[in-house]
Amino acid sequence: MKNKFVRNALAFFAIFTMTITGAMANTLEKAKTTGKFTLAYRESSIPFSYLGEDGKPLGFGWEMCKLIAEEVKKETGRKDLVVESQAVTSQNRIPLIQNGTVDVECGSTTNNSERGKQVTFAINYFYTGTRFLVKSDSGIKSINDLKGKKVVSTTGTTNYQILRNLNDEKKYGFELLGAKDHADALLMVESGMAHAFGMDDILLYGLKASSKESAKLAVVGESIQVEPYAIMFRKDDPKFQALVNKVITNSMKSGEFEKAYKKWFQTNIPPKNVNLNAPMSKELKDNLKALSDKPAL
Amino acid sequence: MFTLDWSFLSKKVVGNQTYFGWLMTAWETTLTISFFAFIIAFTLGFLMGVLRTTQNKYLVLIGNIWTEIFRNIPVLVQVFLWYFVIPKIFPIFSKLPAFALAVIALGLFTSSRISEQVRAGIQSIPTDQRYASLALGLTTYQSYRFVLLPVAFRLVLPPLTSEAMNIIKNSSVAFAVSIAELTMYAIQVQEETARGIEVYLVVTALYFISAFIVNLLSILIEKSIQIPHFIGGRK
Repeated sequence: MKNKFVRNALAFFAIFTMTITGAMANTLEKAKTTGKFTLAYRESSIPFSYLGEDGKPLGFGWEMCKLIAEEVKKETGRKDLVVESQAVTSQNRIPLIQNGTVDVECGSTTNNSERGKQVTFAINYFYTGTRFLVKSDSGIKSINDLKGKKVVSTTGTTNYQILRNLNDEKKYGFELLGAKDHADALLMVESGMAHAFGMDDILLYGLKASSKESAKLAVVGESIQVEPYAIMFRKDDPKFQALVNKVITNSMKSGEFEKAYKKWFQTNIPPKNVNLNAPMSKELKDNLKALSDKPAL
Repeated sequence: MFTLDWSFLSKKVVGNQTYFGWLMTAWETTLTISFFAFIIAFTLGFLMGVLRTTQNKYLVLIGNIWTEIFRNIPVLVQVFLWYFVIPKIFPIFSKLPAFALAVIALGLFTSSRISEQVRAGIQSIPTDQRYASLALGLTTYQSYRFVLLPVAFRLVLPPLTSEAMNIIKNSSVAFAVSIAELTMYAIQVQEETARGIEVYLVVTALYFISAFIVNLLSILIEKSIQIPHFIGGRK
C-alpha cells in the first residue's frame, strides 16, 4: 500500500512539473535528448498487461511495448536508452500520456473517437464485444435462444446498458438482471440463478478460466457492439505514430503477432497457469490484413 | 467551476421510460422491500421477544436460539445464504422470486434485533406487575395481553422506530441479489450518464426522506398511544 502511495505521489508530482514545463510533442526527440523512454503498464489487465508473481509487468501488450522500445533505441541511435516502466490505471492513463510521464501504453484501452480527441491510437490489436457465458449443456447458442430466460450483466457497466437497449429494440424477450460484480454474475450462472452472463468476451474467457467448473461453461453468441483495443500514445506526433505502426505491421505480417496471440490467449499463462482459450476473433483476423486504426463510435 | 446538471433525469432510457421514471420505480422497490421485511421482522421479533421472557425454559431456548442465529451473521451473508444456499438444500425455495428471498433475509435479520428490544422492554417492567397480575387470577396469556405487553410496547416504540429506519437503509443489500432498487440505480445510472455526483445526491436524498417519514409516523403513533403520567407520557 505504502509503495503504491509513494508511486502515486510521484505520478502526481510528475503531472505538476510536466504541466509547468509543457509536454514534448515529439516522443523520439524527447527520448534522444533525455536518454529515457517510459512504458506504461496495467497491474491486472490479464492477459494484456499485468504484474507477475515477481512484481514485474508482463503480457501480450507488454511484449508489444518492449518491441516498440527496441525500435526507439534503433531509431534514436542511443544504445544506452533507459527503458523505464510506470503503472497506470484506467483513470490516469490518458493524463499521464498527455503530460509525458509515460510515452506509450499497451494495455486494454478501448480505441474510441471520444478518446481520439485526447490521444492517438495505433493499429487496433484486439477486438472485444458483448457475448454470453452459459452452461455448455444449456442449449443456448445465440442471443435468439434467450427468450424467457434470465440474463445477468454486471451493474455499472456499458454491457448492461447495451443489453437492455437491445432487448427493448429487438424484443429478444429475456429478463435482464444486474449483478453486484463480475464474480457474482459468474456465480449466478454456475448456480443456475441466471441462464447467461452478458459481458466483454475477453473478460468472460478470463472468468471461465478461473472458474472451478470451467469445462461446464462456454462463451457463445455473436459479438454485440464490437470495440477495438489499441496501443496509445501522444497526439500530433506523426513520426512516433509511424514507428509504432511499423512495429505492429511487421509483427502482423511476419506471423509474430499470431504467435504472441497463441502464447497469451491460447496457452497456459501465469500467475495461475490457466489457459484463457480465447480464439482470435473474426474482427482481429481481418485487421491483420486491413491494419486499420479505426475507432469505435 | 463545478456545476450540477440534472438534465439526465428527463432523458429516455428505453421506450417511454426516463431516468426519472426509473428512479421512481427503484424507490418504490426499496420501499416495498422495506415494508414487507418490516412486517416479517415485527411479527417474528415480537413473538420471539415475548417467548424469551416466559417461565417455560423450552420457549426461552427457542427464542434465544432464533435471536442468536440471526443476530450473529452479517446481513449481507444472510442474503447470500437465502439466495444461493437455501434453494439448493430446500428446492421449494428456488420457486420463490429473488425479491421474496431478499425480503425474508432482511426480515429475519431484523427480527432478531426486535426480539432483543422486546425482551429488554418486558424485562424492564418491575416483576411485581407480573406477580400481581398472576395473583389476581389472570392466566399467563392474560397477564401478557392486558398487563405486560401494553406497557412494553410503549417502551420499545423508540428503538422499533430505529429498526424501521434501519431496514430502509439495510434494504440496499438487496442489490447484491440483483434487485433493481435505489443502490443498483445509483451504480448503473452514474455509469450511463456520467453524472455520478447528481445521481448519488438524489439517491441519498430519497433514502433520507424515506427514513425521515418513518420517523415522523412513529412520533405520531407515540403521541396517540401515550399514557398520561407514564414513561414518555404527558405530565
